[in-house]
Amino acid sequence: MSTTEPAVELHGITKRFPGVVANHDIDITVAAGTVHAIVGENGAGKSTLMKILYGMQRPDEGTIEVNGAVADLHSPSDAIARGIGMVHQHFMLADNLTVLENVVLGAEKLHGIGAGARRRIQEISDQYGLGVEPGRLVEELGVGARQRVEILKVLYRGAKILILDEPTAVLVPQEVDELFANLEELKREGLTVIFISHKLDEVLKVADAITVIRRGTTVASADPREVSARQLAELMVGSELPVPELRESTVTDVPVLTVEDVTVRDATGRAVVDGVSLTIHEGEILGIAGVEGNGQAELVEAIMGMLPVESGVLRLRGQDLVGRSTRHRREMGIGFIPEDRHRHGLLLESSLWENRVLGHQTRPPNVKGILIDRAGARRDTERIVEDYDVRTPGIDVAAASLSGGNQQKLIIGREMSGEPKLLIASHPTRGVDVGAQSAIWDHLRRARGEGLAVLLISADLDELIGMSDTLRVILRGRLVGEADPATITPDALGSLMTGAGEGSAA
Amino acid sequence: MISNLLAKSYARTVVAALVALVFAIVVTSIVLSVSGFNPPSTFQAMFSFGKQPDSVVNTVNRAAAYYLSALAVAIGFRMNLFNIGVDGQYRLAAMVAAAAGGAWALPAGLHQLVIILVAAVVGGAWAALAAILKVTRGVSEVISTIMLNFIGTGVIAFLLSPDRLAVKVAGSNNIGTKPIASSGRVPGISYPGSDLKIYGLVLLAVLAGLGFWFMVNRTRFGFDLRATGLSQSAAVASGVDTKRMVIIAMALSGAVAGLVGMPQLLGGSYSYSLDFPTGIGFTGIGIALLGRNNPVGIAFASLLWAFLDQSSQILEFNDIPKEIVAITQAAVLLSVVVVYEIVNRVGRRMDQRRVAAQLGEVAA
Ligand SMILES: Nc1ncnc2c1ncn2[C@@H]1O[C@H](COP(=O)(O)OP(=O)(O)OP(=O)(O)O)[C@@H](O)[C@H]1O
Ligand SMILES: [Mg+2]
Repeated sequence: MSTTEPAVELHGITKRFPGVVANHDIDITVAAGTVHAIVGENGAGKSTLMKILYGMQRPDEGTIEVNGAVADLHSPSDAIARGIGMVHQHFMLADNLTVLENVVLGAEKLHGIGAGARRRIQEISDQYGLGVEPGRLVEELGVGARQRVEILKVLYRGAKILILDEPTAVLVPQEVDELFANLEELKREGLTVIFISHKLDEVLKVADAITVIRRGTTVASADPREVSARQLAELMVGSELPVPELRESTVTDVPVLTVEDVTVRDATGRAVVDGVSLTIHEGEILGIAGVEGNGQAELVEAIMGMLPVESGVLRLRGQDLVGRSTRHRREMGIGFIPEDRHRHGLLLESSLWENRVLGHQTRPPNVKGILIDRAGARRDTERIVEDYDVRTPGIDVAAASLSGGNQQKLIIGREMSGEPKLLIASHPTRGVDVGAQSAIWDHLRRARGEGLAVLLISADLDELIGMSDTLRVILRGRLVGEADPATITPDALGSLMTGAGEGSAA
Repeated sequence: MISNLLAKSYARTVVAALVALVFAIVVTSIVLSVSGFNPPSTFQAMFSFGKQPDSVVNTVNRAAAYYLSALAVAIGFRMNLFNIGVDGQYRLAAMVAAAAGGAWALPAGLHQLVIILVAAVVGGAWAALAAILKVTRGVSEVISTIMLNFIGTGVIAFLLSPDRLAVKVAGSNNIGTKPIASSGRVPGISYPGSDLKIYGLVLLAVLAGLGFWFMVNRTRFGFDLRATGLSQSAAVASGVDTKRMVIIAMALSGAVAGLVGMPQLLGGSYSYSLDFPTGIGFTGIGIALLGRNNPVGIAFASLLWAFLDQSSQILEFNDIPKEIVAITQAAVLLSVVVVYEIVNRVGRRMDQRRVAAQLGEVAA
């Protein structure tokens, strides 16, 4: 890490939004050719700071210097011109376009839109092992693959300074390792990486320098060789690192969700969920481990009634689900925490209390007869904001103005309300800080104690192992193995997920 | 002061509309000057003509039709459906309703109700055709509603013949449906200083506006409608059956479109003849845009539009082409979108400055 001239220097950055000060007098110096991590709890102002550096938002005060020169950034294109690229916390890809189209969109001048562009994409993809197929529709890609497309998009534009906002939140360990190998590669070539993460172990592993942000301002710089994850967490929130762990078993023998031999096919006729059978009982958390894109998303959507099942049986407490609408299934007591909160979980332009109604628009306290019960919904939103510690100036602000982690907390609070019988939780703590993570786990444990059945899908293997009563492994749409959460290690589970030791372990 | 004004979103809408109007007047003035007319005296003439009692009555009557038409468009817009077919829907609906009303003898009260219902059903059914094509075959409603406009015109031409639903209008070459008997007519409202009457069914437009507001903002159905418009994927995950929503929303839009011709049919012409007004469906698209799909906004936009239409009639007496008003209307429409965006940004910036000031005071 030969530190020459800083790649980025931020001085006295302040940014206010109605009702909140997102950044206050921030100072950060990022040395060229390093990986610089930024950590802080949900709503601390990390994304806002990065959007300022990327020209998406103008600071109210403060200066930005890039490679020693003061930069006045009015738009992302100004930032790109200075070699800054950003991958956002929430994806910004157009679903109905191909990877190629997404990548060249707005950068048509570089290599055209045809064969030249395709070649360049392939080159970058090979060089960094991104495994991106230019011809695929983005709609068909899982979150992990989308992430790599986003990174490729930035590299394609010639970025020398990469901002990655929670790039690992959606990745499984192997993918994280690959990403980090890529980052090393980028670093060797002189690129600078600024990255945000709530996973402190990872931060310690890859970062050359760490800046801690608390309530909008820089509170500390840490040397990853000298601090522990625990110390970092204390710097961030003043609390200890939570450990996901179930105390005693509450599993009963009353089946809540029964899935028998369910098969789902995609548009091309490929079986994306292939003969899956499983049962979740009252008080049981069943975790599904798998590399992104192995059928988890489709299984979830089939249970929710968003995708048709080709064959097989789905039952909730003995009642047939197949043929019932998504709404009916929700009314029967299924809560749903979607993997992509912006696509499936929120109306970004609507207020928090209207988002409280979403998905529950036929049930009290949100409705009275055919009318929306505003007072009831608002009151219950206040409760969720309180119970789940959603940091917001009020319940009338738009969901878009909440930080990513706080949006997630709102969704969890909403889906846990109304006493669901079954909770489908896709990456429930994705993007939430360590403090909120343990709070969410507590909520899950309490509900499980009261008989909730949970289908847990997570890329965070510690969470999966620590929270599950039963663990199943999914690979290419099939349940290929079972693991005992009491004994399995993340490494062993990781190799099961890639099909290394096909069959059953532990 | 101004920052307080811009804090509310409806205030931003109003400010944007006013700025757009001023801009349009400036553009119109320039066009007038370049063409050798005197802008102030032209506007003066329009204004003094427009405020005469007869003009007021005509303006209100015209605005009622515009209002219903824009409301129909807005229902679709709220869920990203483009009902370009309001024009065909209201004409077909008015024709069939007029024929039914002329053919059936019913007691007063029931008679009007039946005619209005027939219109709503015909308009809704015609629009639902496009919705069904969309959900079963994936045909864009933009294309299908435009096609249905043409087909509707053809159907009207076919039915409106003396061999079928039409009779000759006494003392002219015009043909129309058999006039509706007095039991099916709706009495007008007098306006001081004018012999003309305000159509009684102007109240129908008011009711439709209230109903629209209530439905969109207070009902479960309205919530689903808005959710679908804001994010289809999130709506689906929340349990909205979007196919069903497309059909219901489109049918509802068409039903409201079916009402467009009613104030005039039951309040003035009593028969659908070849000179029944056309094109109101297209005007409605612009008005919905100007009123930002909001029932109050649309009300003002309709009145403005109708006023411009009405007052422009004086221009020909002064040898000024009355098409000049079309320029004003177009300028309003084009600029309002841009101006709204600007006003919105300024408003947000002021918001932030105000927060900063408040926080500063607290800290000090
Ligand atoms: N567009 C906006 N309008 C209003 N407030 C905003 C907006 N964007 C962010 N905020 C507020 O600014 C604060 C900082 O948000 P930011 O997204 O930067 O947090 P973060 O550190 O990235 O959190 P997370 O880890 O949850 O993603 C939050 O209180 C948030 O509600
Ligand atoms: Mg963030």
